[in-house]
Amino acid sequence: MEVLRTEPDHKKLPPPKRRLSEKTKDALSAYLYISPFFILFAIFGLFPILFSFYLGFQRWNGFGEMEFVGLRNFELILGDALFWKSLGNTLIIGILGTVPQLFVAILLAFALNSAIVRFKNFFRVSIFLPYVTSTVAVAIVFGIMFNNQDFGLINIIVGWFGIDPISWGTTEWGVKIAIATMIFWRWVGYNTIIYLAGLQSIPHDLYEAAKIDGATIYQQIRYITIPMLKPVIIFTVFLSTIGSLQIFAEPLVFLGRTFREEGMTVVLYLWREAFVNMAFGPASATALILFVIIILFSSINMYIANRIGK
Amino acid sequence: MKKFSMSKLFLYFLLFASAILSVFPFYWMFVMATNHNSAINKVPPAMVPGSELVTNFTNVLANIDFFGAIMNTLIVATLTTVGVLFLCSLAGFAFAKFQFKGKNVLFVAILITMMIPPQLGLIPTYYIITKLGWLNDLKALIVPGLIDAFGIFWMRQYIKSAVPDDLLEAAKIDGCSNFRTYWNIVVPVILPAFATLAIIKFMYMWNDFLWPLVVLREESSHTIQIAIRTLIDNYVRDNGMIISGTFWATVPLVIVFLLFNKMFISSLTQGAVKS
Repeated sequence: MEVLRTEPDHKKLPPPKRRLSEKTKDALSAYLYISPFFILFAIFGLFPILFSFYLGFQRWNGFGEMEFVGLRNFELILGDALFWKSLGNTLIIGILGTVPQLFVAILLAFALNSAIVRFKNFFRVSIFLPYVTSTVAVAIVFGIMFNNQDFGLINIIVGWFGIDPISWGTTEWGVKIAIATMIFWRWVGYNTIIYLAGLQSIPHDLYEAAKIDGATIYQQIRYITIPMLKPVIIFTVFLSTIGSLQIFAEPLVFLGRTFREEGMTVVLYLWREAFVNMAFGPASATALILFVIIILFSSINMYIANRIGK
Repeated sequence: MKKFSMSKLFLYFLLFASAILSVFPFYWMFVMATNHNSAINKVPPAMVPGSELVTNFTNVLANIDFFGAIMNTLIVATLTTVGVLFLCSLAGFAFAKFQFKGKNVLFVAILITMMIPPQLGLIPTYYIITKLGWLNDLKALIVPGLIDAFGIFWMRQYIKSAVPDDLLEAAKIDGCSNFRTYWNIVVPVILPAFATLAIIKFMYMWNDFLWPLVVLREESSHTIQIAIRTLIDNYVRDNGMIISGTFWATVPLVIVFLLFNKMFISSLTQGAVKS
């Protein structure tokens, strides 16, 4: 569309010979301006990706000779119970950390957008604050809160409800809940703000009309907010899915170099294969499998998100 | 009437609870940073600030080169941010205002690169960095960090709507070279877009973990995230000391956020919600 609009302007310029060189000059400038991205991307983006596809079929420790091994790396990975465990963990932690988070974020955004709430900026800043923190800091602080001992802060709170201290760092669900909590805490405010921006584009009359008809808060959210927010919801679901599949810092920092299998995630598995076991071939195979999984889950989640509000 | 106040009560309860839960870990981080390990590891743990602020931080300095790591992080984040602002605005300018062959295809190619997970090329990129001799060198973070597809997308959108074609045409008639047009006309107009991209990029570089962990092995090259992680690798876990490091590594960004929170929040929503 833009292309068509600029065309007549050029025709007005007088001498045809000069016009041509001017056009060429502009094109050359443009190529020059965009070239740094493509040059850097070729070296640090495209080549590594293509090389990963190659490396997935080699045996290599990063130093010596490469040896073609066909599909053996994939057989190794897909035959490794720990890989499947890490995939299962990633999905469970991802679901625990993001599904409740997106619901709470919509609720909070709805509350912040409501006309009756005062101190909006105070709430907005407080809720958003966790996002500024690094995942490493979050994992360290929550790691101390989720201490296995009975003096751990979470165990004390759990104790108020008559539950015995839980070994958060060593049990199957303890580890997952702790890591999911870290993800929830850091991201819920971010998503709230994103939803809030989306909500502010919904005309207020709709809510007024609903209130006159006697709609409850739940009904307003269900029948006005969620359908109108659909594009933003699709965006956050997409981001959360990709983010969840890449969980790495939280389990590494929380569990340390024990690599306990309760908290092993796919990227942690990949990193350990490559940089602890120096098995670059299987690690590359894992990267390729992860890529396929990301595409698969993004598509599935986009499909589900698309059906929201239908 | 009764229903109205009930829902009001519910909304306020929800918001207050969330605000407290969001802020509490920061408060507790400060409490732990000022208490001795034994005060943290008792039932119930310390809930008010103690007197160990200096001791804990001195212990941090004995274990890691804290200021060196902060310096490294600042260098990496600043250089990358400045570089990205420059390169992305130039590329965005080209895509927004110039006509050239393959423009649409190249732009779509840039958008597609945004969808590739960074882990896919992790191992070969590490190999390239080794070959270049950039292991334990901040260049390993800065140079690949200059690739920013989102930045180009963002700048293109902004320049397209904020820089009028007439202005560029006038500059051309006055004999401005393309780069001078960029520098004297485009840059002053797109300063708000610079602010947005700068916040996003700087924060990302400050908090990045996986890639620095892979390429920065030597302590002298550590960024702050890698440095504070090494604190927990000690055999004796001194939580007061660990949290002290974490706290002081977190404080700079939190202060910047509190000072510029309006800009921060609007920039990250602008970056995320594309119409």
